[in-house]
Amino acid sequence: MKYTAQDFKSNQEVRWCPGCGDHAVLAAIHRALPVVCEQRGYSKERLVFISGIGCSSRLPYYMDTFGFHSIHGRATAISTGVKVANPDLSVWQACGDGDALAIGGNHFIHAIRRNIDINIILFNNQIYGLTKGQYSPTSKLGQITKTSPYGTVENPFTPGSLVLGARGTFFARSLDSELALNQEIFVAAASHDGCSVCEMLTNCVIFNDGAHSTISDREYRADRTIVLRHGEPMVFGKEKDKGLILENGKLKVVKIGEDGITVDKLLVHDAHAEDPAIQNQLINMKYPDYPVALGVIRQVSEPTYDDRVRDQLTQVKEASKITCMDELLRSGATWTVE
Amino acid sequence: MQLTGTLFADASALYGNEISTFPDYPAEIRAPHGTVSGVSGFQVHIGSGEVNTPGDFCDVLVAMNPAALRANAKWAKPTATVIIDTDTFDEALIKRAGYATLDPVTELRIEDRNIIYSPITTLTKESLKDSGMDQKAIVRCKNMFTLGMCFYMFNRPLEYTYAYLEKKFKKKPALIEPNKKVLFDGFNYAANIQAIANTYTVKPAKQEKGLYRNISGNQATAWGLIAASEKSGRPLFCGSYPITPATAILEELAIHKNLGVKTLQAEDEIAGICTAIGAAYAGNFAVTTTSGPGLSLKSEALGLAMITELPLVLVDVQRSGPSTGIPTKTEQTDLAQALYGRNGECPIAVVAAHSPSHCFDAAFYAGKYAMEHMMPVILLTEGFLGNGSEPWRIPSMKDYPAIKPPIIDKCEDAFQPFARDPESFARKWAFPGKSGLEHRVGGLEKNTAGVISSDPENHAKMVAERAEKVARLANYLPEQKVIGDENADVLIVGWGGTFGHLYTALHELQGEGKSVALCHFDFINPLPKNTADIFARYKKIIVCELNSGQFADYLRARLPQFNYLQYNKVQGQPFIVKEIVDAVNAIL
Repeated sequence: MKYTAQDFKSNQEVRWCPGCGDHAVLAAIHRALPVVCEQRGYSKERLVFISGIGCSSRLPYYMDTFGFHSIHGRATAISTGVKVANPDLSVWQACGDGDALAIGGNHFIHAIRRNIDINIILFNNQIYGLTKGQYSPTSKLGQITKTSPYGTVENPFTPGSLVLGARGTFFARSLDSELALNQEIFVAAASHDGCSVCEMLTNCVIFNDGAHSTISDREYRADRTIVLRHGEPMVFGKEKDKGLILENGKLKVVKIGEDGITVDKLLVHDAHAEDPAIQNQLINMKYPDYPVALGVIRQVSEPTYDDRVRDQLTQVKEASKITCMDELLRSGATWTVE
Repeated sequence: MQLTGTLFADASALYGNEISTFPDYPAEIRAPHGTVSGVSGFQVHIGSGEVNTPGDFCDVLVAMNPAALRANAKWAKPTATVIIDTDTFDEALIKRAGYATLDPVTELRIEDRNIIYSPITTLTKESLKDSGMDQKAIVRCKNMFTLGMCFYMFNRPLEYTYAYLEKKFKKKPALIEPNKKVLFDGFNYAANIQAIANTYTVKPAKQEKGLYRNISGNQATAWGLIAASEKSGRPLFCGSYPITPATAILEELAIHKNLGVKTLQAEDEIAGICTAIGAAYAGNFAVTTTSGPGLSLKSEALGLAMITELPLVLVDVQRSGPSTGIPTKTEQTDLAQALYGRNGECPIAVVAAHSPSHCFDAAFYAGKYAMEHMMPVILLTEGFLGNGSEPWRIPSMKDYPAIKPPIIDKCEDAFQPFARDPESFARKWAFPGKSGLEHRVGGLEKNTAGVISSDPENHAKMVAERAEKVARLANYLPEQKVIGDENADVLIVGWGGTFGHLYTALHELQGEGKSVALCHFDFINPLPKNTADIFARYKKIIVCELNSGQFADYLRARLPQFNYLQYNKVQGQPFIVKEIVDAVNAIL
């Protein structure tokens, strides 16, 4: 069956603040899912959206699919249970930076380590929105919030590095307003067998407005971000005149046409490289020294947890003589009383 | 010592005795050697008649060092035989065990017992000197030597244990013959020294005909869960985190992948229950297992399972608390938390197991009620039950009822997730993957249609309906039974793992000609419907439990028209029969 974006919109009123970045991410999900379903041969009822607690975790209510709005931080554990219980489902998760990286940090890294085949959409607005403006594990050092009136004194996580540290097999990053790129990322995440983490840099208009504006403003975006695609040279800039090369093992921004630099001398993005060294450098590029990397940064193939669970069940079943409870009850050391 | 005890118990069970065991070990894996707190004990009670407890006082005490003697001498009957390994009774170990003198036997005033002083370590070394084993491995065999002595004293056949050793050391065949030899030598040594004037002959018990096996409470719990999975047709998913003493359930379930069991060893207790909740949503029979502190960690998620009305069995193998408490010791101190320990109005069904083998039925019915009534059920067992074992007449699955969860496959109109069965108040179970049943659940309050609602009247209605659903479970429970006189002077009330002790105490009191009865509860929330009718028949009610009065307080809240006396013990140890008998006699 062919779907349209409309098929995935629920009848429930979307209650995010006007101007919230989450609206655009939702729109990209609605548009990506018909493509996902067509490519993977899914019918709609196989899709499940799981969330934790926070603004972005309201998302399952806005999807006309199966949905589970759970408790703070635990979405990843619930998703894991859903996927292991029924590996035929396409499991999606919406969670925020506080939700997934603070209270739910443990579940987040372990789902990635296990490589459960779920698609995690991490809404990173660098603030606690639903509790009205406290700093999160991704808030910038020194950021002034309600619980850091003199500025935070702690370093933020870089979610992509956390994913790599947890042996992640898929990491993508984008801005909320990159509608087309985000559709592309969600389709790629769905086609990846394993735990996909899609970090969406979202804007909270009320409590952290402009958190990403130095890179997201239309005026500068092309010069301050780079969209990475596997197999393509790393070119960026409004005029497509800049690129990245590797010099002494470190990334370096270069100008095409200067110092003998041509496009074919630029680094070609290898999202499939198992060694994450360059991917980690790409993840950690920060403005103004570098453009911020967007797109699918890492996508490597590894067996998934749910497949391994299924394979092991099959193997043990085939090797075992015991096929039912009555046989189990009578197995091993027993004796008869006459 | 745990292995020695287990082998003795198994050999006795196989021989046809009634048995009851109680492993009592320290929290440390390698506890400080020679200290009283580090003593690892194994209590086993065998008999030709009914055996319902591991026994209060023993006929034979084996003390492998001075600390073990000091910790357990008080349990030796005046007529008891005490086996002492004299090789370990040197000055250093006697002092480390905290004796004031260098004469433990006199100091403990057990010199009139039948004490067998044996150089067990030396004899074991002598027995195995040509075995090719190193000294450390040889000394480790001294328990087997002692087991041989016990086998002689109790006329146990050695063959079963020989077979066991052959199986256990299949991959290390070099250990089979030495272990057999040392067992045999211990047996002969006990015969030769004639220090044991008479051997004990405990004839096989008169048991009901049938096929039997020995089973521990944790194993029975795991099997009961698998049985519920089979009867319901729902695959079993267990999300758990290792914790003493519940871990053995997860370990047991992990073995049975052949029966479709999925086990996920989670990153923490919270992930244990949350993966289970996810699995329940996706249509599996979901289970999470834990002990004391783990129950605290799972509280928030338990509330989620309750408000989303998903089936889930949470097994809490209670241990001594609060906090880490005494992890390896038994108690019934989690009852109040199981009943009340959540935010908001969150009543949850609570059931309990009353013996190691009863854990099978308790787990089976916990699963049946969870799935048929679409709600979480807490099953309370205890370390005493989980680690303890007893012979069990193997049931047949055809004697267990069907489990029919209210699964919905399709729906003509818009699916209403919280529409209820008019009798049970259970909602329908609609798993992802079923077309036309797309719906959202979650921790936010909803209306019947599944739409978020903070409407005051709706909230009140939903709170009341969820509570009513738990209350209506009483309509599906068997009637509460009383053992003993219908109109006795005193009704002993208990719940859970104290059954064996209370039942034995009842018999002793009846033997003394006392007018007593026992009402032992497997179903705690809701209480069986005839509970008040029973209580009304008795002049005095005494609630006996291994906590400071949690069940008594609950009964006072539920059935305030009765007066409840209490007998409580919070020592991390099971009751002893005598203290129950004394407590009841004191109020008669």
